[in-house]
Amino acid sequence: MAILNDFKYYKPKEINETLQLLSEFKENAKILAGGTDLIVHLKENLVKTENVIDIKGITELNKIDISKDNIFLGSGVTFTEIIESPELKDKLPILWEASKKVASVGIRNRATVVGNICSAVPSLDSAPALLVYDAEIVVQSKNGKRTISIHDWFTGPKQTILKPEELVLGINIPITIHAGVYEKLGRYRGEDLAQAGIGIFVDEIKNYRFAYCAVGPVPKRMKKLEDFLQGKEISDKLIEEATEIIPSEISPITDIRSSKEYRTHMMKIMFKRGLQKSMAILKGGRS
Amino acid sequence: MKKITLKINGELRSVYVEPEEILLDVLREKLGVKSPKCGCDRGDCGACAVLLNGRSVRSCLVLAIETDGQKIVTVEGISKDGLNKVQNTMLDKNAFQCGFCAPGMIISTTELIEKNPHPNLEEIKEALSGNLCRCTGYLPILESVQEATKEEHHE
Ligand code: FES
Ligand code: FES
Repeated sequence: MAILNDFKYYKPKEINETLQLLSEFKENAKILAGGTDLIVHLKENLVKTENVIDIKGITELNKIDISKDNIFLGSGVTFTEIIESPELKDKLPILWEASKKVASVGIRNRATVVGNICSAVPSLDSAPALLVYDAEIVVQSKNGKRTISIHDWFTGPKQTILKPEELVLGINIPITIHAGVYEKLGRYRGEDLAQAGIGIFVDEIKNYRFAYCAVGPVPKRMKKLEDFLQGKEISDKLIEEATEIIPSEISPITDIRSSKEYRTHMMKIMFKRGLQKSMAILKGGRS
Repeated sequence: MKKITLKINGELRSVYVEPEEILLDVLREKLGVKSPKCGCDRGDCGACAVLLNGRSVRSCLVLAIETDGQKIVTVEGISKDGLNKVQNTMLDKNAFQCGFCAPGMIISTTELIEKNPHPNLEEIKEALSGNLCRCTGYLPILESVQEATKEEHHE
C-alpha cells in the first residue's frame, strides 16, 4: 500500500537544524525515528503531514550515557540496543525486560523507546518501567531546553505534553539498586500490543512501586497499591490482600483484544506472579 | 524525485524515488528484487523482512529514501552462490507449503545465526516469533532451523 499523502523529507545532521525546521513547520511536521508507528499511520491515513524529519542522521541522539547515578537514553536508541547492553540489563532490569517483550526482532531493530512514549498508545510497553523509575524526558526547542517528568508526560490516549516545536533529546533515568519485572499479557509472542501490562519495582528498604499500561487511558503508577504495601514485609497473605486493591486502580475497557473482566483478572494474576518473582530476584541476587 | 544509491546484495544500485515511497514497493517494482513479500503491510507478519545494515527490518515500514547510502541484503543475496545449509535443510524437510513466508523466515534465521550460530529451540522461537506462517503450523520450520544449526560433534 502506498502512502497517499505527499510530503517533503528532511534528514538533518544537527539538533539545531532540526529545531529550526520544527519552529518553521510547527504542527505540520512529523519526526521520524524507527518509523514503526509513523509509517503505519501515514499508510492508513491516520496522520497527514507535509514534512517528515528523519532524526537518524543526528549522531548525538543515538547515544547511551551511563554515569554513576544516571542513565541517559538518546531518542535514537532502539529496543535492540537496550537489549544488547549488559549494563542496562543489570541497571535497568525492568526496562530491559519490557524491551524484550516489544513486538518482534524486526520491530525492535527499528523502534525506539522515545518513539514509543511519543506515540503514547495506552498499551506502550516501555511506560510502566519508565514510570516506576521516575524517568525524566529532556526536550528542546529553539527557546531552550526543559525536563518533563514521565508522570506528567501522558495527557491522554496518543497524547503527550510535548509541543509541536519541541524535539525530544532523550530520557534520564536515575540509577537505584532494585529488582523488578515487567509482566505483559499478549495474544501471542511477537505481537505488538499488550492487553495488560504491569511494571514492578522492589528494593531492600521495602519500597514498592507499580505501574500499568493498557488498562487505563494512559499508563500510570498505582499509588494506592504502593501506599498499602510500603514498608511492609511481603507475605502470601499480604499479597492476597493487596490484590483486592487492583480493580480500584485500573479502568480497563472491553475491545477486540479482550474484555475488561479478563484484563482485570489477569492484572491480579500478573501482579501476584510479578511481585513474587521480584522478591525472589531481590533475595537471591540477580540471575 | 530524488536519486538514492544503495548497496543491494553487494551491488550498487541507483533509483529515483518520491519521499513517500515504501522500500518494499521500490525493491519489488523498481529494482526487481522480488523475494520480500507484502503480507500485512503494517509490520505484523514479517513477509517483507530484509536485512538493513545487517539487521532485519520490515521493509513495509521503511521509506525507500531512508536507505540512501545503506546496505540491503535479501534472499537473492543470501542464495547468490547456491542455497545455504539452512535453506537446504528447509528443502529436505518440506518446511514450507505455499512458501509466502519463506523469505522472511530465512532473513530472520540469517540474522539469528549471525549472532548465535547454535541457538536453542527457545531462541529460535523468539527470533521467528514475528514471522507468521498460515500453512505449516511452524513445526517443520523450527525443526529445520534446529537441525541446520545444531552443534556438530567431532570425536
Ligand atoms: S508485509 Fe511487512 S510485516 Fe507484513
Ligand atoms: S508456507 Fe504458506 S505462509 Fe508459510
